[in-house]
Amino acid sequence: MTSPASTEPVPPQLSAAARPAPGPAADEGLARRLRALACTAPLHDLDVRKANLAGEYSVYAMAEVALASIDLVTLNMDFDTGADHEQIVARLIPRVAAQAPARPASEHERVARWVLENLINVGSVDRGFRAVYGTFNPDGVYVRRDYDFKLLEEVPGYGGAVYLRTTDEAVNVLVGALDTDVTSAQIAAEVKLEVLISRGRLADAQLAAEQARYRTVQYAETLRRTLEATRRNVRAVDWLNAVPDMIAEALDHVADRYRHENAILTNIRKARDEAEDPEHKRRAAELVDIVKDCIRRHTQLQSRLLEAGPLFRAEQDRQAFARPAARAGLDLYGQLVAPLLPLPVADAIRVTDAFFARGTGLRTPVSVRVGDLVDILLTPPMEREHLGAEMPEPDLVATPDDSRFSEEQLAAAMELLDLEHDAPRRLSGLLAEARRLDPELPYLVALLAVHAASPPVGTAYRQGEERLLFAVDDGTQLDDPEFGGADLIVGTALLDAAGMAAGRTEAA
Amino acid sequence: MTDHHPEPAFGDAAEAPAPAATGTGGEPRATAPAPGTGGEPRATPTASGTGGEPRVTPADAADAARLVAFGLQPKLLPARDAEYSELLRRHREDPAFARLADAVAAGLGLIVLEVSPRAGMAVTAAEDSVFAVRMGDYARRAAAPDSADRFLHGLAHLAVAAMAFPRPEDLADDGYIGRITVNGVDAFVRQACRRLEERAEEAGENTDPESGAPGLEAAWRIYARRSSTGATKDARRLAGSTTGIVAKAVAFLTESGFLQRTGDDAGGAYRTTARYQLQVRDMAGSAALSELIELGVVAVTDGGATLLPPTDADDLELVADAGLPFHS
Repeated sequence: MTSPASTEPVPPQLSAAARPAPGPAADEGLARRLRALACTAPLHDLDVRKANLAGEYSVYAMAEVALASIDLVTLNMDFDTGADHEQIVARLIPRVAAQAPARPASEHERVARWVLENLINVGSVDRGFRAVYGTFNPDGVYVRRDYDFKLLEEVPGYGGAVYLRTTDEAVNVLVGALDTDVTSAQIAAEVKLEVLISRGRLADAQLAAEQARYRTVQYAETLRRTLEATRRNVRAVDWLNAVPDMIAEALDHVADRYRHENAILTNIRKARDEAEDPEHKRRAAELVDIVKDCIRRHTQLQSRLLEAGPLFRAEQDRQAFARPAARAGLDLYGQLVAPLLPLPVADAIRVTDAFFARGTGLRTPVSVRVGDLVDILLTPPMEREHLGAEMPEPDLVATPDDSRFSEEQLAAAMELLDLEHDAPRRLSGLLAEARRLDPELPYLVALLAVHAASPPVGTAYRQGEERLLFAVDDGTQLDDPEFGGADLIVGTALLDAAGMAAGRTEAA
Repeated sequence: MTDHHPEPAFGDAAEAPAPAATGTGGEPRATAPAPGTGGEPRATPTASGTGGEPRVTPADAADAARLVAFGLQPKLLPARDAEYSELLRRHREDPAFARLADAVAAGLGLIVLEVSPRAGMAVTAAEDSVFAVRMGDYARRAAAPDSADRFLHGLAHLAVAAMAFPRPEDLADDGYIGRITVNGVDAFVRQACRRLEERAEEAGENTDPESGAPGLEAAWRIYARRSSTGATKDARRLAGSTTGIVAKAVAFLTESGFLQRTGDDAGGAYRTTARYQLQVRDMAGSAALSELIELGVVAVTDGGATLLPPTDADDLELVADAGLPFHS
């Protein structure tokens, strides 16, 4: 343990990374605006490049689709993951379709995918954009600089899936001038909302509510990042001041917003129910949905905030209270990774090369003898049979038929039992008749009759059969030389197949 | 440890009775790079004990080379192979044999890190050895000496090690087993990059590099700029994304017997082996550190804490006192 932080802590990792002092303030402002301008370029570019697509695509307003997709991704971003790629495409299609209703749906989907892929910039290795702008450095020399940015980025989700998130730059493009304090901006937006509602200007109110929701998402995103870092390393985050302050602030914020938005919700509900103009009614209803979504997001944020404490303590137990080591080793992060990252890449690459050369272990080289090589090269390629190897003729052995009764006997018995539905017969009569045909047949008839004593009504019902053999015991003793037991009454019941079919449809 | 000059006498071996299979041995010491002893007049190997004269038979040399050969199969566990563990036991108990095996390794261009039942015959490639891994063979895009991909691949290996052994104690503790996930490594480097970005923003620095001078761009920007993942047509990991690069690194390290896959969570979960700890501690870490010092970058740490944010590098006790993160 060492002393607490000094008043002016100098990060050791950054000691070597002295960068030139910032340029004149005015020029800096210009640079910031140039960068903001650059963020819109990919959207304009879409409309320029749509002419190059194979097909007639000038009817589509690509920048509009792009902004709509950034909207969709922002609204679908959750804490852990981002928005699902396919879902965004699916939600984008109605807007694309509205632009050109006459075109086929496959073309709409193609446009939606094209816009989304271009916002990700799939073609580039960084999957991002680069703009060049010029500034004067402190020495008054004009330098051109590369500004790299992304609009939509792909992040890993659960199970290896890829999700989309909007970057800060994209949110700035979308809502504009978000370079302000999140909390105060939100308060301002909601005050505005209340005023607007009280004056009945619901159209403006919806706009303000949507803006408030974007800010809520952005606020949650900031918190998510901090909590994520905490989970990875308890000391990577300032748990003395910064995080507790932020959590307290965020909890206050949630409590405050929750109260506030519930009040707004009540107001809008009243507006919705009392509004006479159907347009007003619809807008108020939409507003209710938006505010409900805001409340849902706040609740989600709050549960994350409450999890942060136990998470911190568990991680601290794991990381801080471990048994002290007998000897100190190399601090890979503090002495290698952290000082390395601020270096110019040309220098940093020397360090990573050194680590790579000695940190990857060994590979046993593959060596080829010339003799083997000649053999391999001269071996004709394997002929691949289209149909595969020929199947050997199977040698079948006839298994002896050991059935108790033959097919003919079964047919005869079934014929005997094919009774008229209104003329049931006694088993004794059937047995006697069967015995006249074939001495073995009574056994089969008796067996079938016993089975019929518990007829498979359910199966017959499901299969929609019209007739069913049944047997009933009325107490009469069977008088037969070979069989004993009850002299069953065997008959055929007619089933209402059409009624049963109708019943099945109703049940289903 | 690479230059074991055999003593004039292979003490223990000389006292032991000669193995039966030594009848045809011509020049038994040929494998030992010992110029000082090579020219000595030698008794016939069949003689039984010539007073301090070492007796290294071809069979011994074959066994020593066999042990090195086992060491060249880094995924082979000594506990799984009776012959391997028997040779390791012999290496431990028979100094003459140990010297012989070390000499065989040195002659092949290998460095012996440790010989133990847990790590086996842990050898690694010396620089310029035929066994060494070259960046160009590792990744085609990384072949150019100053490409961004080359840096990212190297950084991925460094980050895997830093994540696997987050504290100095972990690297020093022989019993420590590090656990990493692919997404975890990526997120950890990104977090470090983000802090540098925020710091640069606070300081009002313009970190955008000059056009046409890519080598001057700050290293963290290269990583931050590269997307962490990306959808591909065949649902495989995008090779050029940072998770793709980290995944390649851990797959390679798994092949090297340095990591063992334990699951599929978060892009693939792995744990470290004793060999990896040795490799990082004794080889890679110090090599990278000396390169960094050569660049004039000296990181001052107190030898205790690690993975600290730059601003609270000295705030260790705060963590212990804080207990609850909330102010009541």
